Amino acid sequence: MFKYIMMKLGMAALVALTVSFISFLLLFMAGDPAISIAGESATHEVIEKVRHEYGFDRPLLVQYVEWCGKALTGDFGVSYYFKAPVSQMIAERLPVTMTVGGLGMGFALLLAIPMGVLAAAFPNTIIDRTALTVAVVGQAIPSFWFGLILIVIFSVQLGLVPASGTRTWTGYILPTIVLGYYATPAIMRLTRAGMLEVLSADYIRTARAKGLGWRVVMFKHALRNAIIPVVSLAAVQLGFMFGGSVVVETIFALHGAGFLAWESISRNDLPTMQALILIFSMFYIVFTFLADILNAWLDPRLRAA
Amino acid sequence: MTQTISSPALRDAAVDSPFRLLMRKAWKHRGFMAGFLVVSTVALIALLAPLLAPYDPYKQDLLARMARPVFLGGEWKHILGTDALGRDYLSRLIYGARVSLMIGLVAAAISAVIGTTLGVLGGYFGGKVDAVVMFLVSVRLALPATLVALAVVALFGGSLTVVITVLGLLLWDRFAVVLRSATMQVRQADYIAAAEVLGASLPRILWKDVLPNVMNALIVIMTLEMAHAIILEAALSFLGLGVQPPTPSWGLMISEGKEMLLFESWLITIPGIALFVLLLAINLLGDGIRDITAPEGRN
Repeated sequence: MFKYIMMKLGMAALVALTVSFISFLLLFMAGDPAISIAGESATHEVIEKVRHEYGFDRPLLVQYVEWCGKALTGDFGVSYYFKAPVSQMIAERLPVTMTVGGLGMGFALLLAIPMGVLAAAFPNTIIDRTALTVAVVGQAIPSFWFGLILIVIFSVQLGLVPASGTRTWTGYILPTIVLGYYATPAIMRLTRAGMLEVLSADYIRTARAKGLGWRVVMFKHALRNAIIPVVSLAAVQLGFMFGGSVVVETIFALHGAGFLAWESISRNDLPTMQALILIFSMFYIVFTFLADILNAWLDPRLRAA
Repeated sequence: MTQTISSPALRDAAVDSPFRLLMRKAWKHRGFMAGFLVVSTVALIALLAPLLAPYDPYKQDLLARMARPVFLGGEWKHILGTDALGRDYLSRLIYGARVSLMIGLVAAAISAVIGTTLGVLGGYFGGKVDAVVMFLVSVRLALPATLVALAVVALFGGSLTVVITVLGLLLWDRFAVVLRSATMQVRQADYIAAAEVLGASLPRILWKDVLPNVMNALIVIMTLEMAHAIILEAALSFLGLGVQPPTPSWGLMISEGKEMLLFESWLITIPGIALFVLLLAINLLGDGIRDITAPEGRN
């Protein structure tokens, strides 16, 4: 188990290092960062001065190592646009994103797992077909459009929840639904497929044969084994949700890290952009690493691999 | 085929080619047929846009701004009404189909080339090559696609080429993962060993023996990623960092209609439904192809 964890940890670290390099390179892909700071109309001297002050005249690798070293201590520099420390801004905004992400994942799991179990318990019946239809339709609805439609129905016409902001807890309801429904089809399909496979296994027949009730077999024996791949998928989806929070937070005007990402991107605020891309990547890497460990704990066969 | 064969079992047994068999299965698959019909209709509309669109999608008519569509009491002059600049909504919708389909097709094709190359190489060679491929997939998945796409469009400008390229470079992960495992299965087959023994060159084996046998998976992923690219383009355009105005993109139309959300919600409903119907049809088509080409059928 220790060896397995170390191997996964090494892989995660290597991925993190590569991702950090890519986020760093983003700054230089756009051309001259000194010009974008000084402004298009700046004179040659001003640009040169900015270049020297920010250290853009040094070799790329030196700049990368310095950026990485600072990033490790939580220093992502100062925002070009907001003129505030990037890490402080992100720390202020992350709780909203994490709350919506967590709630969205909870919503998706609560909806998708029972639906998948029921669909597998009654294959090719009306229940199965309904679950499949929900999944296929759900996959085809763009989340930004879904969000707007929910605002029109529940905020504008029915006046039940606020259309934007999180001054009261009700402001979290629509964002949770929009973010959660996005992960639902995939989790539902995987739960269904896993349950179908497990239900045809010998030990399920044995459990039924020795007289155990349907419900006990279904949830205690079958679901426990079918859920293992779902853990990995949920971790991946949670990572995607954080990265995709930019869309939901922009629609509902939630002041989270996703909205900050949109603000910084549309204003060419490179330090903030870089830091956010790196941090969202790190969330993904940590989630998938934890899922790997959890899977190895749930399924001892994996540790040997 | 002039004789009439009475028994259905005999008729099925008399099927002559795998292609005919496939067509027969396709014909019976309702989801596939529905998806196929809708996607081909949208493709036809996109191709014939100049003939079908009643107006120039860019022509503004400030005297006819925000005309309501017919089903909300508007006039037949503008069947789906006009937008805030007086441009005919139906014409913009028709030209928008071009943007969506073009982005979906080209971005998915770029992704397919990258992902298939990586997946087939990883699956065929295994070992270190496979480890590198899986590493690249992990890196790609760790990068938040929406944010990277937004950032690249912001830095390079929102031309159609930039949007297509960045989506093509981002959406190859599923091709790599699925084709890797498909190739691993094919790798075990006797005909691969036979080809190797016969002394066939590596490119020949990959091209002539492996690729045709993983084609089903490739086509299925291609449809799914087409839908993915279309949805992402719409989201990017909606956020103002995708295709730029005045190009008629469905995502952009929703974004422009958002300003009038409270009063004229049809402005976002119409392009939204168009987007939904196209995505649903592409997904049904993909699921259908998977069912039809899978030897064991559904599940």
